[in-house]
This record gives sequence, structure tokens and C-alpha cells, in this order.
Amino acid sequence: MNSVTVRTLLVLGMLAGLAASVLALVFAYLVGEGPVNAAIAFEEANSHEHGGEELVSRSLQSTAGLATGILVFGIAIGGIATLAFCFALGRIGQFGARATAALTALAGFLLVYLVPILKYPANPPAAGNPDTIGERTILFLLMIVLSVLLGIAALLLGRRLAPAWGNWNASIGAGVAFVAVVAMAMTVLPSGDAPPKGFPAADLWEFRLASIGVQAVLWSAFGLLFGFMAERLLEPRPARGRVPTLAA
Amino acid sequence: MAQSTAAPTTQTVTPLSLRALAPWAVFFGVLMLVLLYFVGAEQGATAVIAGGGVHKWVHDARHLLGFPCH
Repeated sequence: MNSVTVRTLLVLGMLAGLAASVLALVFAYLVGEGPVNAAIAFEEANSHEHGGEELVSRSLQSTAGLATGILVFGIAIGGIATLAFCFALGRIGQFGARATAALTALAGFLLVYLVPILKYPANPPAAGNPDTIGERTILFLLMIVLSVLLGIAALLLGRRLAPAWGNWNASIGAGVAFVAVVAMAMTVLPSGDAPPKGFPAADLWEFRLASIGVQAVLWSAFGLLFGFMAERLLEPRPARGRVPTLAA
Repeated sequence: MAQSTAAPTTQTVTPLSLRALAPWAVFFGVLMLVLLYFVGAEQGATAVIAGGGVHKWVHDARHLLGFPCH
């Protein structure tokens, strides 16, 4: 019974992730491609080593390629967030399915994306040095793992403090502890690469804002959509969803 | 109960059993991480497949999702 529930939730979660990533794709195409193209224009104006034919054309990269990447990302994030939801449900307090889904998605956005990119922000094409890709990948991954682990630690701390402090104060205490430790880690870890000289600051900001937007659309749409689906599966009520019709 | 306000249905949320969750978490967890790897990092710092086709194909998504690309 439980196993079947997990399976059904996983299917729903991956579908919700796919649907959310379609919205994120629309956002990325409309808002994100401009700054990407601006960065590529800068790159081409400032280097001569990029000659020769491209492996994948720009028109494919900005459409089918973009879609592949974001949709696959959405499905994968949907699956992983659903597993986290299955664990969190009934274990982080008396939140129902919908609230648990929203909280899981919020935690995912914060821990997997927002906190890590505060230290290592998204870079448009041309802003990164290809020679340091190995180092930058490891540091970014390290920042994600650190952020997720500290988030889990903060959750456990909050649960432990709750009986004595009450839910509000325990949550604030755990949150402050999380921010303090993350801030310390960020000051200790090496800085990310600076963009090349002359790279337009406005383009950099617009690109990073677009990147935050893509992830925000993806996670929030997932949380809301999956919460709706999970509630209908886990808390069926005969009355729910029945809208009185005007004509018989 | 802590909640003294009118709440007619005080149904407690029962957690899903960990025994039921574990096999799904292991199998799908790994599978999903492999997908994330291919979108986020393949043919960047490390490569399973030779060449640059995967990297170039997901290039724009990788940048906009925040991964270090090149």
C-alpha cells in the first residue's frame, strides 16, 4: 500500500516537474536568451579563437537544446523533490500534503540553488575561464552539498528545540544558526572567477537575474502543482473539487 | 491538543514508512542524479562520452540553470 503510494507520488512528482519546467522553459526563452546572446556577442567581438563551424548551431542551442536541458532538469528535480517530500510528510510537523509540498519546493530552491549561487553565481557564456572549469564545478557542487547538509542540520536543530522553545522561536533559532554557519563557510571558501575585463555589468546582472527567475519559476510551479496533485491522492475527500454547476 | 481553535478534522498526518520509501529513494535518487549530471556537468569538468556534443546541446540550459559551463 505504502510502496504503491510512493510509486504514484513519484510519477506525479516527475510529471509536475515536467510541467513546471515547461513554464521555466518559456521564461528562459523569453527572458534568458537575450542576455545569453549579448554575452556571446561580447565573446565574439573580443576573441579570435572561436572561429570555425559550431558543433551545434545557435538556433538549435537556444530552442531544442535549451528545451532538452531544462525539461530533463525539471523531471530530475521533480523526482528528487518528491522523494524528499515522501520523507518529510508527517515528519517535519503536522503539515498536510499541500503545505509539505510547498515547503519542500521552497527548501529545494533555497538549498539547491539560491544559497549556492550567492557564493558562485551563474555565469553567462564568455564570463568563465575554461581553464578553471574543473575547480569551479567542484566548488559549486561542494557549495550545494554543504548548503543541503546544513539545511538538514538546521531542520533537526529546529525539531530538537521546538518542545522547549515553541515552534516559532525554534524555527528562528535554527534559521539564524543556518545563516551564520553558511556565511562562515562562504567567507572561508575561495572566491569565484571574475568576469573578463570590459564585460558589460548590466548584461551580467540581467543574465543572473534571468537565471534566478528560471529556477524560481521551476521550483514554485513544481511546489504548487505537486501539492495540488499530492493532496488529491493522499487526502481524498468526496466533496473536494466538486463545483456546483449552473445548469443540470 | 495545542490547537484550541475550531478545527473539525484533526486528522494527523501519517508518515510514509521508510521501508516502503527506501528502494524507490535509492533507485530513483541515483537515476535522477545521473540525469542532473548529464544536464549540468557532462563534458565540462569530466566526460563520460567523448566529444562536445552533449555540452553544446544543453549549453544554454546549463548556463541559465546556474551550472558552471565552460
